[in-house]
Amino acid sequence: MTFALFAEQLLNGIQFGVTLFLMASGLTLVFGIMNFINLAHGSLYMAGAFLAAAVQAATGSFLLGVLVAIPATAALGAALEFGLFRRFYARNHLDQVLVTFGVVLMANEATRLIFGPVPLRMPLPEALAGSIEIVPGLVYPTFRLVVLAVGLAVAGLLWLVVMKTRLGMWVRAGSSNRAIASAMGVDVGLVFAGLFAFGAGLAGLAGLMAGPILAVQVGMGEPILILALVVTVIGGIGSIRGAFAAALLVGLVDTFGRVMLPPALGSMAIFLLMALILAFKPKGLFPVHG
Amino acid sequence: MAEFDPHRPSTIDRVAPIAAIAILAAVPPVAGLLGDPFLIKVATRVVVFAIAAIGLNLVVGYAGLVSLLHAGLFGVGGYVVGVAAWHEFNGEALGLGPVAWAGTADLAITLPLAGLLAGIVALVTGVVSLRTSGPYFLMITLAFDQMLYYGAVALQKYGGEDGLQILSTITFAGRDVSARTPFFYLALTILAATVFLLGRVVGSRFGVVLRAAAENERRVTVTGIPPYAYRLTAFVVSGVVCGLAGALLASGQQFVSPADMSWVRSGDLVVMAVLGGLSTLWGPIVGAAAFVVLELVLSSWTQYWQLAFGAIIVVVVLTLRGGLADLVKLATQGRDAR
Repeated sequence: MTFALFAEQLLNGIQFGVTLFLMASGLTLVFGIMNFINLAHGSLYMAGAFLAAAVQAATGSFLLGVLVAIPATAALGAALEFGLFRRFYARNHLDQVLVTFGVVLMANEATRLIFGPVPLRMPLPEALAGSIEIVPGLVYPTFRLVVLAVGLAVAGLLWLVVMKTRLGMWVRAGSSNRAIASAMGVDVGLVFAGLFAFGAGLAGLAGLMAGPILAVQVGMGEPILILALVVTVIGGIGSIRGAFAAALLVGLVDTFGRVMLPPALGSMAIFLLMALILAFKPKGLFPVHG
Repeated sequence: MAEFDPHRPSTIDRVAPIAAIAILAAVPPVAGLLGDPFLIKVATRVVVFAIAAIGLNLVVGYAGLVSLLHAGLFGVGGYVVGVAAWHEFNGEALGLGPVAWAGTADLAITLPLAGLLAGIVALVTGVVSLRTSGPYFLMITLAFDQMLYYGAVALQKYGGEDGLQILSTITFAGRDVSARTPFFYLALTILAATVFLLGRVVGSRFGVVLRAAAENERRVTVTGIPPYAYRLTAFVVSGVVCGLAGALLASGQQFVSPADMSWVRSGDLVVMAVLGGLSTLWGPIVGAAAFVVLELVLSSWTQYWQLAFGAIIVVVVLTLRGGLADLVKLATQGRDAR
């Protein structure tokens, strides 16, 4: 493997990793704090991509698509939380799996009904469509660099909010002990709804950033959902730090696995990694609860 | 033992499985009378998914562990039948290390093999997954399912993503069972055997421990019983049963594909087990029947049938906590309580 190829794969791996982090951070927060398994998180990712593509197709503006899709996905998440999922926080995990599974089926079919079975195209504006020569011999697509930067920026912002603000303090308090946080006067219901909407917005952002790279199609949310779940589990459920470390690890292992291993092993590398980690650390790399 | 068991089966629990199997057994003659052989196909699908759902229910309903791996195990069984038949049909021996096997389309050989291989996969994945619990378990089994799915996609020789057509004539101990009716009765016999054997299992001391561990793991552990060993056994048994069901589905539709192994299919299986009502042996049969009939009816109305199906799941989970079995229980509660 030449240096240029190695560097390119390294960037690809990190870029994929930060996309996974955007997905996994919402998942792990919702899980760690509300104790709620949300299989429909991938549907929000799909919603983000479709909304952005539709707005772009209607207006011709990529930026407008992005600006509309993120809050719209967050609103969709808030509506789901308020209308349905809220009733399931106290239920067992089986009921949560079933209800979110039902929502996944509905979301996929509804999307097919509205947008048709043909994948949508998301052309990039000219400023982002080209490539940049980062160092001599290493040419890398501009848009992928933007994705990388946005992902890292969001991760940094998230860290700031969670560790340095009152809101973040509530979130951390809710994460380590829901009952006591609630007794200490944190409006848990409001924090939950806000958190869910926030996670949904991040999933939508991840989805719309994947749009120009992959195809915008029905069912696009499922493979990424499963990888995000793997990230959540490896990192330790409820841990943002764990999610970030695991997302980069999974992104890199997946990218290099596909390049260096035979195809069958390459697509399974992540799952083998997960099995290996959990065999030694059943609660993930950064366990939150005890 | 039985009189101390709070889960002692009610009269309904004892009669319902026999009634369900009797009703299914009557399908081929009725289909003959109505001149509608398609009914037999539908009933076969019900039987096959009922076997899988009963197997899965041992883990989900009795052991209280939500597994999303079982479509993968189901698919392993299907691929055993498909690959064996492929080698038989193409006259190309399957090299297994030093041994070369000509392959076969005889279910008397491939069914046990399907169960065995699915059981081995369940053992290997179970050893890792069962070290964890709750949501971790769910997500790990989901990931393992995805891994098996990619494994099947990678089988380029056997059709890869497009799946594998079974071109040989399916036989059982030399007899041709590829026609609708004999195949249906073969599947039904396996369903009956599964219901009987798993009935013995869940009614035994083993079953009591399994349910007790689901209710209070710590209490079971301090009694000196290791829940892990019991759960692993249950996981492997359910894997074997799902493997058999997958082998039957592949034989019946003469086709097996990675699509049958996707996590959505695992979700379907959980829905079948839950829709019928957990912790009964007959619930999954009702659930499988409801699933197949819904799939059929809804998809004849609209190509977007999963939209309605998803909505039905959501409504059922919101309203009927114990699945369809609750309806029956509610209707008969007065008599049973006394």
